[in-house]
Amino acid sequence: MRRVVITGQGTINALGHNVPATLAAFREGRCGIGEIDIRDVERLSIRIGGQVRGYEPEEHFNRQQIALYDRFTQFTLMAAREAIAQSGLDFCGELSHEAGVVLGTSGGGMTTLDENYRSVYEEGKNRVHPFVVPKLMNNAAASHVSMTYNLRGPSFTVATACASSNHAMGQAFHLIRSGISRVIVTGGSESMLCFGGIKAWEGLRVMSRDACRPFSANRNGMVQGEGAAVFVFEEYDHARARGAEILAEVVGFAMTADASDIVMPSRQGAARAIAGALRDAKLAPTDVGYINAHGTGTAANDKTECAAVADVFGAHADRLMISSTKSMHGHLIGGTGAVELLACIMALKDGVIAPTIGYEEPDPECMLDVVPNEAREAQVDVVLSNAFAFGGLNAVLALRRA
Amino acid sequence: MSDSVKDRVIAIIAEQAVLEPSDVKMDSTLEDLGIDSLGLVESIFAIEEAFDIQVPFNANDPSESEFDISSVAAIVRAVEGLVADQNA
Repeated sequence: MRRVVITGQGTINALGHNVPATLAAFREGRCGIGEIDIRDVERLSIRIGGQVRGYEPEEHFNRQQIALYDRFTQFTLMAAREAIAQSGLDFCGELSHEAGVVLGTSGGGMTTLDENYRSVYEEGKNRVHPFVVPKLMNNAAASHVSMTYNLRGPSFTVATACASSNHAMGQAFHLIRSGISRVIVTGGSESMLCFGGIKAWEGLRVMSRDACRPFSANRNGMVQGEGAAVFVFEEYDHARARGAEILAEVVGFAMTADASDIVMPSRQGAARAIAGALRDAKLAPTDVGYINAHGTGTAANDKTECAAVADVFGAHADRLMISSTKSMHGHLIGGTGAVELLACIMALKDGVIAPTIGYEEPDPECMLDVVPNEAREAQVDVVLSNAFAFGGLNAVLALRRA
Repeated sequence: MSDSVKDRVIAIIAEQAVLEPSDVKMDSTLEDLGIDSLGLVESIFAIEEAFDIQVPFNANDPSESEFDISSVAAIVRAVEGLVADQNA
């Protein structure tokens, strides 16, 4: 089996429009969540989110591109540009025929859907722009990355709600480990902060009106975010041979299904995914220094996740660190695992553990070291990234220091 | 409306081709102007919006459509006809 390393990373999210700005925010424990600025916000009862601010599409794309790119595609292309530039790869010849793009998203072109439903239902128009379908389809972002960078190998989009990005990156890992491809551009994107996107989440009554406070006893729900993160996954020998900088190694991945409830998480399902990722990576629980938690800030997720971690790690659960960066960038739904992988790589590469901010009161059901409120310097060799989706679909990645 | 149908159609095509209206000649084909199939459907959408007409165009087989797109002049003539029908 081939080894898989990460040689490029890129992002745009509520904390910054690139990786350095995002990592600086992680180190400072800065919150990117605030009042959202969207059409008809006054008709929403939830008015906060991790919105990407100061972003003008015209600064990055021409008029014809903007006509074709939904916001989630624009975010993806911004992140891909940064990641591929860092990798130093140029996709031509034989490499372009096997290099692919595997991305996660839950909603796809939600802004396009929202605007065009308004147009036909609210405004009563009987004609829509011809690009509605190519803009809103879930694979639009993956296809535009493929076209922009000449990636002609295995390419597709994965949609497993809040685990989409982790499932996508797991597929990228498998494609390289099995020898099918030497390079896969992977990650995820979401842009659900539009009226319909937020209104739908309001219906579930799991959203906080003031802040995302994972693991804190006074937590009162999740907060949506938006953005993208994209990585270049590359076969180890290929990266070494061309002298690429290796940011981290991907060493394990596991997926499970709870097969129990469409929204409530399962301790067993989560624990089987965590244990499966360790087994796949041939690691002992004691090797793990940090877990980037799913940590949504809902009552159900956080206590279930802590119980699952305790089940898998036993006494070591009290020695490892586990934080939820959703407290800073919000829950990016299908893009969340990708943005959270940035914190995993920062932990391995820079020895800085991103904090769980907004932590105010210990919860007896979440008594792990959640790295409250302030980032911490610590050398860790192995990290995990948890993602547990609605529908009971779980995906956990294991990464090791390069 | 002060502008003629011709001027407005040329403005729409020029915008799609990212050209000045003066660079769009009546005998130009859409291919000459670098307008591809997506650009064509976008132009037809813009024409329908501008004149509030229904253009009988099927992208599956443009040559079988009643709407002649063989040149800028043909498109202008076809739009003029549709606008006249509308007002009739």
